[in-house]
Amino acid sequence: MNDTKEPRFVALCMLGLVLFNFPVLALFNAGGTVLGVPVLYAYIFAAWALLIALMALVAER
Amino acid sequence: MLQGPVIILSAFAYLGVLFAIAYYADQRADAGRPVIANAYVYSLSLAVYATAWTFYGSVGRAASDGVGFLPIYIGPTLMIALWWVVMRKILRISKQNRITSLADFIASRYGKSALLGGIVTVIAVIGIVPYISLQLKAVSASYLILVQYPDIVMPQTLGETPMRQDTALWVALILAAFTIAFGTRHLDAAEHHQGMVAAIAFESLVKLLAFLAVGIFVTFGLYHGFGDLFTRAAADPRLRAMMTPLEGVAGGYASWVWLTILSMMAIMFLPRQFQVTVIENLDEKHLNKAIWLFPLYMLAINVFVLPIAFGGRLHFPEGGVDADTFVLTLPMVEKQEALALLVFIGGLSAATGMVIVETIALSTMVCNDLVMPVLLRMRSLALNERPDLTGLLLGIRRGAIVLILLLGYLYFKLAGEAYALVSIGLISFAAVAQFAPVVLGGIFWKGGTRRGALCGLVAGFVVWFYTLLLPALARSGWLPIGFLEQGPFGIALLKPLALFGLAGLDQITHAMLWSMLANIGAYVGVSLAATPSVDEHRQASLFVDVFRQGGEASGARFWRGTASVPELHSLLARFLGAAAADEAFTEYALGKGLRWKGDPLEADAELVHYVEVKLAGAIGAASARVMVAAVVKEEALSIEEVRTILDEASQVVVYSHRLEQKSRELEAATAELRAANERLTELDRLKDDFVSTVTHELRTPLTSIRAFTQILLEHPEVDAEQRSKFLGIITKETERLTRLINQVLDLSKIESGKAEWRESVLDLRELIGDAVTGMSQVFEERNIKVDVEVPAKVAPVRADVDRIIQVMLNLLSNAAKFCEPGRGRVRVALRDDGGALRVEVRDNGPGIDPSDQGVIFDKFRQVGDTLTGKPHGSGLGLHISRQIVEHFGGRMWVESRVGEGACFAFTLPHG
Repeated sequence: MNDTKEPRFVALCMLGLVLFNFPVLALFNAGGTVLGVPVLYAYIFAAWALLIALMALVAER
Repeated sequence: MLQGPVIILSAFAYLGVLFAIAYYADQRADAGRPVIANAYVYSLSLAVYATAWTFYGSVGRAASDGVGFLPIYIGPTLMIALWWVVMRKILRISKQNRITSLADFIASRYGKSALLGGIVTVIAVIGIVPYISLQLKAVSASYLILVQYPDIVMPQTLGETPMRQDTALWVALILAAFTIAFGTRHLDAAEHHQGMVAAIAFESLVKLLAFLAVGIFVTFGLYHGFGDLFTRAAADPRLRAMMTPLEGVAGGYASWVWLTILSMMAIMFLPRQFQVTVIENLDEKHLNKAIWLFPLYMLAINVFVLPIAFGGRLHFPEGGVDADTFVLTLPMVEKQEALALLVFIGGLSAATGMVIVETIALSTMVCNDLVMPVLLRMRSLALNERPDLTGLLLGIRRGAIVLILLLGYLYFKLAGEAYALVSIGLISFAAVAQFAPVVLGGIFWKGGTRRGALCGLVAGFVVWFYTLLLPALARSGWLPIGFLEQGPFGIALLKPLALFGLAGLDQITHAMLWSMLANIGAYVGVSLAATPSVDEHRQASLFVDVFRQGGEASGARFWRGTASVPELHSLLARFLGAAAADEAFTEYALGKGLRWKGDPLEADAELVHYVEVKLAGAIGAASARVMVAAVVKEEALSIEEVRTILDEASQVVVYSHRLEQKSRELEAATAELRAANERLTELDRLKDDFVSTVTHELRTPLTSIRAFTQILLEHPEVDAEQRSKFLGIITKETERLTRLINQVLDLSKIESGKAEWRESVLDLRELIGDAVTGMSQVFEERNIKVDVEVPAKVAPVRADVDRIIQVMLNLLSNAAKFCEPGRGRVRVALRDDGGALRVEVRDNGPGIDPSDQGVIFDKFRQVGDTLTGKPHGSGLGLHISRQIVEHFGGRMWVESRVGEGACFAFTLPHG
């Protein structure tokens, strides 16, 4: 069991490091809005929620 | 409504509720029905991470640079993704070694070094003091603002009033009293504070609800949802740049990345986080839920930060209101008294939660790793002879709590005003980040040594002190400002904010870069240069290989010496109290299947280790080691011996792996053998059957031959007709016997592979013709009609002529046997199936029962005429025929229905 969980969590951490770092962040640091919310803010919260959902999925398997 | 007394009363009512919860949880814990033993409470208690800094400061930071506050919560999320790897290991180690604090953990890892534990404690206390002052500042400021209602007045503008100073002092003292009541009511060997954890979990709910309430009020009450609020903010020229804020952030992305890393470390190594995550953890499994629930909590408490920040900026356009207070001032300016009071309580809960856990964690460290080791070494105090030290331990902890809070107050007075909340908090984050290399290195790298850890910690701490704490003091006017601007003694290279000329980074990034470089460099460099001692070697492998060790007793392998049970017992009694010591010894004795005080206990390595671990739970590993060493006569192990023990241990692991492998192989082999054995038994049974059947078959003709010869011998008067009839029977039986013996010999040749096969190309049409002709005599005798259908031309096959003739004769004689004389019809047909030739011999006899069709090709199976009990033939013919056909690559089978005759068929592939 641990053997599959460990690499999955490490991969999620890596994914998070990529999502919340240059240059991906810079892509969204542009003008414009999503439903009135600035793109960057919308992106950060959406990506964060996604990461948490994935962590829940892996943890509760 | 919001006068001072109302606010103060509400605050105390809230603290009273907290205390009731804690009291209830403690009662339940004592009754053995803990309320906090579930993953949800555990996850909520982790949210002690969100302090007054989160509650007030995040909005402050968001109001100036947009997303700059987020790394402080995203970093922990990323770190928690790694908890399955890292935290599970720390939890396991801490449980096995009865770790009581972060300092204990580090000291224990590096050879139970008291010096190291002390240094960690000093760093933690100095590093955390600014953080505690932040909480004091937030609580007193929020009170001072709220009490001015309905006016909005910033505390700074009040000037140096006595009231302002006093508020912070009063807050410090009240919190100290509260923490003492919470955390040091009694001494727990495992350092569990279940009541405190329950209260903290409740506080986490309160602060979340309060913050969400303000957020919803601002977003949906003052504005029409997120879209409306952000659109209005974007229309404001001063706020437009914050919609794409990252270029604007000081240091840009580098600052973002360093903040993320810093928070990743903080979530692990802040003393209060270590306390709730590791020390207060009751079950490793709670980690599963906490891994996603706690990040979810952080997400939830941050959703409304930006709306409140923008709302505040839009509402107070002229400035003059500190952004750190928007959470409170927005409800106030809108005359929402109840909401403002709720916010104040929420902020109070965030601050008290942090202060309670942090000071309990720090006081444990101060007591176990700083004061006790010193006191125990002072022979003049003769602490070893005191009968009960529990009172002393509690006293030290209470003193430490008061001291730490007063230090926080002092820092607040010295430097608190010069910085925003977030900046103060980050200074503390940077301090605890210094623990990361020695802890993470300590659990994954056996090479880290005590000296390496010491040098790394000290180097990192000195750089932190120089680049973060001194500048903070200098800015507050306690050091000449020239120290910052020209460098000490005018040496520009040593400027604290641009060390060695490294300029252009923000203060935190700059300090982290240099301190981590110094810390990791010294830790790794010195570790590699020095050889570890016996203790270090042992502890390193106990920590790094924790998942490969066998539970608590594994530490006992490393001990050799003599001790006495009463001495060990009195040692434990001195620190835990007599009752707890009795309980511990009873438990130990039970584990050995003995009765404490009834059976003689042996003071062996295991008991000594047990006592030391129990003691470590109360006074820390380093002190416990000193105390145990004082009462037992220990023989030192040489490093070679420890190595041998460790090697033996790893050898044992290797052996046991190999053993498992072997036993798996063995199981597989056994299964194969069993199958083979079953086959053999079956064959053996078949052989027995065969022998008995053959014997039976031989005896039948022999009996009749013998009977008739005897008649002829004993009755010479038998007439000639009779005589010739008898002789005919004898001849027939002899022929049958010969045939049988021939067939048995034939079969054994075929089965043993010794039969001679003479292959040649043959024409089956000819062969069938010959066979039918050979049998024509028999058919005529029985008056059976034979039809032969063969095509004009067929492909040749390769086979042994004699053998195939034998097969045909067998099938034809069977057909003849089973047909009723006079009405019998036999049809022989030859067809080309494409790829093979197919021969069918069909009769119109009684047919074969479906259940018998499968077995008639077996040896000695005779069907069809068994009713009359008169077997026709040996029962070997079909078996041999099938063997022959299969030898030439063909197939033989039967199709039949009862009453409709039988059709035997075989194929032979084209030659």
